[in-house]
Amino acid sequence: MTLSALQTYWWLLISVLGALLVFLLFVQGGQTMLLFQKNGMARQMTVNSLGRKWELTFTTLVVFGGAFFASFPLFYSTSFGGAYWLWMLILVSFVIQAFSYEFRRKPGNIFGTRFYDLLLFINGCFGCVLLGVAVGTMFFGADFVVEKGNLVNGSAPVISSWTSPLHGLEAVFSFPCLLLGFTVLYLARMQGSFYLLNNLSGDAVVTSHYRRTMILNSGIFLVLFLTFLAVLFTADGYEYAADGTVSAVQYKYFMNLIDMWWFGALFLIGVLLVLYAIFAAIFKPSKTNGIWFTGVGTFLVILSLFAILGYNNTCYYPSVADVNSSLNIANSSSTLFTLEVMSWVSLFIPVVLIYIWYVWRKMDSKPITPAEVLEDDHLY
Amino acid sequence: MNDLMSVVDWSRAQFALTAMVHWLFVPLTIGLSLIVALMETMYYRTKLEKWKKLTKFWMLLFGINFACGVATGIILEFEFGTNWSNYSWFVGDIFGAPLAIEGIFAFFMESTFIAVMFFGWNKVSKGFHLAATWLTAFGVVLSALWILVANAWMQYPAGMEFDPDQMRNVMVNFGDVVFSPVAMNKFFHTVFSGWTLGGVFVVGVSCFMLFRKSNREAAMMSIKLGGWVGLIGLILTMYTGDGSAVQVSRYQPMKLAAMEGLYDGSVGQDLVGFGVLNPSKSLDNTEDPMVFSIDIPYGLSILANHDANSFVPGINDLINGYTIVDGNGETVTDLSYNEKIQLGKKAQEALAVYQAATERGDEKAREEALETLRANYQYFGYGYFSDPSQGVPPVGLTFYSFRVMVMGGGYLLLFFIVALFCVYKKQTWLDKRWVHWIGILSIPVVWMVSEAGWIVAEVGRQPWVIQDLMPARAAISAIQASSVQITFWMFVVIFLGLVIADISILCREISKASKKEILK
Repeated sequence: MTLSALQTYWWLLISVLGALLVFLLFVQGGQTMLLFQKNGMARQMTVNSLGRKWELTFTTLVVFGGAFFASFPLFYSTSFGGAYWLWMLILVSFVIQAFSYEFRRKPGNIFGTRFYDLLLFINGCFGCVLLGVAVGTMFFGADFVVEKGNLVNGSAPVISSWTSPLHGLEAVFSFPCLLLGFTVLYLARMQGSFYLLNNLSGDAVVTSHYRRTMILNSGIFLVLFLTFLAVLFTADGYEYAADGTVSAVQYKYFMNLIDMWWFGALFLIGVLLVLYAIFAAIFKPSKTNGIWFTGVGTFLVILSLFAILGYNNTCYYPSVADVNSSLNIANSSSTLFTLEVMSWVSLFIPVVLIYIWYVWRKMDSKPITPAEVLEDDHLY
Repeated sequence: MNDLMSVVDWSRAQFALTAMVHWLFVPLTIGLSLIVALMETMYYRTKLEKWKKLTKFWMLLFGINFACGVATGIILEFEFGTNWSNYSWFVGDIFGAPLAIEGIFAFFMESTFIAVMFFGWNKVSKGFHLAATWLTAFGVVLSALWILVANAWMQYPAGMEFDPDQMRNVMVNFGDVVFSPVAMNKFFHTVFSGWTLGGVFVVGVSCFMLFRKSNREAAMMSIKLGGWVGLIGLILTMYTGDGSAVQVSRYQPMKLAAMEGLYDGSVGQDLVGFGVLNPSKSLDNTEDPMVFSIDIPYGLSILANHDANSFVPGINDLINGYTIVDGNGETVTDLSYNEKIQLGKKAQEALAVYQAATERGDEKAREEALETLRANYQYFGYGYFSDPSQGVPPVGLTFYSFRVMVMGGGYLLLFFIVALFCVYKKQTWLDKRWVHWIGILSIPVVWMVSEAGWIVAEVGRQPWVIQDLMPARAAISAIQASSVQITFWMFVVIFLGLVIADISILCREISKASKKEILK
């Protein structure tokens, strides 16, 4: 395969991992509803349901980062080193999740159960919003300059530098980035409600509670999502020419969706699936499998958004400080040899997905009941 | 420039802090996952409930520890980008691949099957559960393999070449990266040391049970299994440690010199068995480096080269360069650091010339520059130094850590032999309070030994991030030192809370178990 084909392939894999990650953020969405859950049994069932899946989301985040590093190291180097504070806050918001489930009810945990629930809430809220903000900078630009010649500058050998003194925090004050952040948060909360409706059983109070949260969060999400689409599709994108020069193009992301109509079709199917799940759940209360429709729908929409971000000669990380420093899949990737090696490795991804599906099919064959939460000897 | 140096030091401190805290949890995960898998195998084969109950007890402690390892591990992955962004570009083409493979193969395996381990007892068959436990243990080892491949590559860069057009190193042979002798040795050394630590932990906690006069049968079963895992792990750690010493001598001689506090090397060099460094010794004076020492004749030559007549260079030899005829009549030679610095600068200048020639389309100048660059690239990293002394690692920390590791290892060998002797031949000794105390106090000892090993490996290789090619000062991100200071202290607070809560929970669970019969 050619380098260009492998760059395209690896952007697709990054898009798949990104889409999976956003789907799996239902764990974070569920966590945001935990702290204010007054019903003790509902809280126990919720935390034990989410607690069995948190590592899957966490691992997907780590693999997403690792795959990005391996396939597009210049992005990793430029964004992580430059938007230092944004990535540090994302990092901390996920670190505090990793031990909270295991520690929250253990005797001797020093800080008490509510403290760990607060950490899970922080992870749920800030993790989603900040991840959305970080991805927002990929659409709407970031303040960096890349000068590879600096490598031989003894006094300042760093090739990527950030021009904003806020080192990533400036994105938190950017309306479109923040809008995407809150869209991700409410998507996660909606998905969390759908997931809990499907995974918990035997307690009418719990079911009714998550139906209400599902309806409320779906409404807020739809408003945010439509606003975000309006902002995104009317925004300029950046296109690179064969000689590497970069120029702004009006409505670039919208035009990408038209140019790559197959992704446009997937995008529409995804949106329709999410809408179907929401309306089916509202008008047919007995229907609890909406997570599968919103899940597949979310996956397709995010996959399409990543596609219009990276394909069709689009700069997936535009620089607002120096437009020609903008990163695209051609100028930021690993070499042909490394991408080839990694592509052989990627052939095992379906095997990984199959065993994950098989294991969770066995583990989730029966929904979690109040009796199980009372009897299990390994509880969160 | 001062800010740059400050960023380097704070970034180093932050990464070292994270790595050391991460390493508090990882070896126990490696060791306990194997021990738990062996216990469950016993349950599967014998169908005896007591093995299941024992498995569940140790699995509980494994789970508490595992979560902390996950929490601290992700920080290291992020910090490669946030704090060492130049490094991420310079070698990302090579270094990123093992990290991604670790995620795809190992992390998903661990995170999927660990859920079956904890929540699947009543949901899947016994065979499936046992397979999940072994796959979790396998995933842990697989994870160690890939991250140690990445770490070993930094100490011994193989399978790569520099591409001046892209201003970075690129991978040319994946097999050389994965199966480099340093990577293989480091992998086995680390995994076996995890078995050792897991063994000490199990024996030590079992001694606590005996101290509380409870769970005698569970303690005996655990001491037998933990003792064997630990003993085998330790013997293999020592064997691979010997291989590691030879590799350090060959690829990182300055690290070996620092490990020994050796300034002036010789043929048939003695090994410092025990000693105290002279704190006023520096490169600028001729004072004796040791206040006192007990030496093992020819020890270092044998350790480093498996040859009593070989020459082992000291710090001064490496700084000043040497040409020596060793005890076998062979001439060994090396350039001085000043010469290497000049050649490194020559390589960097050639790279700048290459870039300029490429921009103006001067093919002849480009070819000449490329030739000069390739001829001197092995010294590229030295070009960032202004003084040879910048190439010397902290001697004291490396020297004492090495001694803690080796002497601690010797003590642990005795510990396992005695523990196994007691449990098989003299169980009455295991009723004595002082024996219990030795078992309990050996738990912090094995952690000190384990951490000391990593200090030798990582502090000893300073100032290099990639041996000979990139020093830490060229690997950093362009951020303010104050930013890194703030995140450093933020992590101090998080880690303190995490470690205190982790130890507290472990102690409470162990104490709770000691108040009942866990096999009933």
